[in-house]
Amino acid sequence: MSASIRFDDVKVGQELPPLDVPLTAAIVVGGAIASRDYTPVHHDRGAAQAQGLSDVIMNILTTNGYVSRYVTDWAGPDARVRGLEVKLGAPNMPGDTMKMTGRVTSAENGSVEVEVVGKNGWGNHVEGTVTVDLPTGA
Amino acid sequence: MPLTPEQKKELEAQLETFVGKPIGPAKAGRDAVNEPMIRSWCDAMGDANPAYLDPAAAKDSVHGGIVAPPAMLQAWTMIGWDMHRGYDEPTNEEQRLHKLLTDNGYTGVVGTNTAQGYTRYLRPGDTVTAETVIESISEEKATALGIGYFIVTRTTFSDQDAEEVGWMTFRVLKYIPAQQPQAAASDAGGAPAVPGRIRPPMGHDNAWWWNAVADGILPIQTCNACGAHHHPPRPMCGECRSMDLGFIESTGQGTVHTFTVIRHPQFPGYDFPILAALIDLEEGVRIVSNVVGCDPGDVHIGMAVEAFIHEDEDGFKLPLFRPVK
Repeated sequence: MSASIRFDDVKVGQELPPLDVPLTAAIVVGGAIASRDYTPVHHDRGAAQAQGLSDVIMNILTTNGYVSRYVTDWAGPDARVRGLEVKLGAPNMPGDTMKMTGRVTSAENGSVEVEVVGKNGWGNHVEGTVTVDLPTGA
Repeated sequence: MPLTPEQKKELEAQLETFVGKPIGPAKAGRDAVNEPMIRSWCDAMGDANPAYLDPAAAKDSVHGGIVAPPAMLQAWTMIGWDMHRGYDEPTNEEQRLHKLLTDNGYTGVVGTNTAQGYTRYLRPGDTVTAETVIESISEEKATALGIGYFIVTRTTFSDQDAEEVGWMTFRVLKYIPAQQPQAAASDAGGAPAVPGRIRPPMGHDNAWWWNAVADGILPIQTCNACGAHHHPPRPMCGECRSMDLGFIESTGQGTVHTFTVIRHPQFPGYDFPILAALIDLEEGVRIVSNVVGCDPGDVHIGMAVEAFIHEDEDGFKLPLFRPVK
């Protein structure tokens, strides 16, 4: 991971490098288990199909993890994430790809807001905002 | 079977009793914040942030040592294994609420929104306790997944010193699964099927209209007593209160009364932008539809349009309009 971004180097409107996440059963099931979410639709295909879904779907905690990681990949280890807010849309399922993009929408008092979109083959899986404090000064 | 209006009223009265209730006593996380769970999380998220993984680099960072990914906040107090059994025997108020809806046919559940605030980063050894309140329950809503209720919970997380470390709101939809033929279509595996158009609700008062469209015509309801035309279809004539109703076949000729161009939000299953228009049919009724086959910029109020019956890939038919050449 490269050095951390400094607040003074960030401009409103700036775009983050895009990230493609190839969705696998390992990511969907592994993310659910790593977040101790054993709700059947996240690991059991039969249970997912009984709910009208075609396969297991990523849980929200994993989505949060990817949204947060996407921003800290860019911001670096000296960033402090203060909050996130996400809206879920098209479910993430194995075999699809989530294409993540982000844009700085505000930068004030050392704190930056990044708007993040994760889009899959159906449409937007997630639209969210991450608030992150960045190091200031020299 | 859908609920009767009386059953729905009773259900909604029961739902109301849950609003504002804590789901149960404060719940302590099963394990203290620990590095093995942090590493499993980072594996699944593809997260290589040294602040979570590399003690030396983390020490040199603003964090001064290993910290947990902030988005793990909720993971520290998840129930875990017992969740796979479902809630046949609910153990807290949130589960009782979900079971009430499940027992009434709202068997599906899906998370739709969440917000989290992180008061401080958690470190290995911290213990986390969660207190959750059922904040609100919506009216019944129609969604792409089926009709259902949105439930919002608010959780406050605190540490071993009873200091707040963060908070979360979480919104889920408990719904009656809609029939989704496309789900079956991808049973063989591979990429998920793209969902189709959301079907209109069809009941006693309007299913005949859609059936006539499926037969290839654009019907307009007429009153057999006074001759008035109505759209959309209704159970009783608004002019003379007769319930003796029939229909005529529209010529499909009309003009654009007004329109709007829908660019966002973009739901799966539709081609954007969508030109949604109110069309005045020459028989004297107004119908909501889409104008297709021309650039949205070329549509104007008063424009002459004609109806045709469009068929989706899955066989569903509906009337759309195009400019008269």
